[in-house]
Amino acid sequence: MELKKHGLEEFDPAVVEEVQRNVLITKVEELKAWARTRSFWPVAFGLACCAIEMMATGAARYDLDRFGVIFRASPRHADLMIVAGTVTAKMAPVVKRLYDQMPEPKWVIAMGSCATCGGPYHKAYSVVNGVDKIIPVDVYIPGCPPTPPALLDGIEKLRVQIREEAKGKRRKKVGQRI
Amino acid sequence: MSQQLLDTILKKIEDLSGPDVIEESKLNFDEPFIVMDSDSWNLEMAQMLKADSKLKFDFLCCLTGVDYKDHMEVIYNLYSMELDQYLCIKVKTPRSNPKVISVQPIWKTADWHEREAYDLLGIEFSGHPNLTRILLEDDWVGHPLRKDYTFDKEEMGL
Repeated sequence: MELKKHGLEEFDPAVVEEVQRNVLITKVEELKAWARTRSFWPVAFGLACCAIEMMATGAARYDLDRFGVIFRASPRHADLMIVAGTVTAKMAPVVKRLYDQMPEPKWVIAMGSCATCGGPYHKAYSVVNGVDKIIPVDVYIPGCPPTPPALLDGIEKLRVQIREEAKGKRRKKVGQRI
Repeated sequence: MSQQLLDTILKKIEDLSGPDVIEESKLNFDEPFIVMDSDSWNLEMAQMLKADSKLKFDFLCCLTGVDYKDHMEVIYNLYSMELDQYLCIKVKTPRSNPKVISVQPIWKTADWHEREAYDLLGIEFSGHPNLTRILLEDDWVGHPLRKDYTFDKEEMGL
């Protein structure tokens, strides 16, 4: 223990050691980000086959619960929206309303190619080409549908984003066209 | 067995509506299959198919609409729960003014299936109690499954 180097020579070395082992200094923003990233509560809704993969991710084998990701039945409880599936023109206002009902802070993951850009229904008459046309998206997960590990990776990407934002780095927000 | 059933069906229809009603009849994958025009297809015939003791087609499995560019068709897949027999009816209708009678009063399956055919193909089912769009929004313009349907996604804001 180089007490002199840290200017701590006037304190009891035992106390200094205890403090160094047990006290952590951080910023409130980073602490909040840490708490938020460890307890995402996505709103439980799915639009198409991606939702099956999302359910598989929540089930026993991949077990989203161990990351603190717990599906909530009400948008009022939720801070994350996983748009899993094709967004049709008829469904778009409902998705928008669900998003508006979520309290801040809130994030959106576009899961699969349909929610990202329309996917195989890119040219269909009834499909919105990407959910980012109606709500801002933080993370896009490719795949048709993405596998559960891909969804886990997408959620991890969002964690990294939130932590970096808390550290003061500028966050790129894509698709904010409202 | 199926040929026998087909002969029975043809005879019953002839007794009811006279000859020349059936345009085509055959065994399709060993099941009776008949084609007729929308002018000949009527509720009495549908009621007969359901009520006749030899036929008893009490269940409409599926009702489909098809656009064949020169005409349109409505396809009825019937099944008899009691006698375990199938019948496929194709009803042709002109493309300019596609109009077929509604069999909703006889088979309740037809209610939503006819609304779907109306929604996507624009086939009008006369006598349907609530012929409104079922899948698309109420203010949708056109019928998307028609072969000549055109649209611009940019314009639609999608």
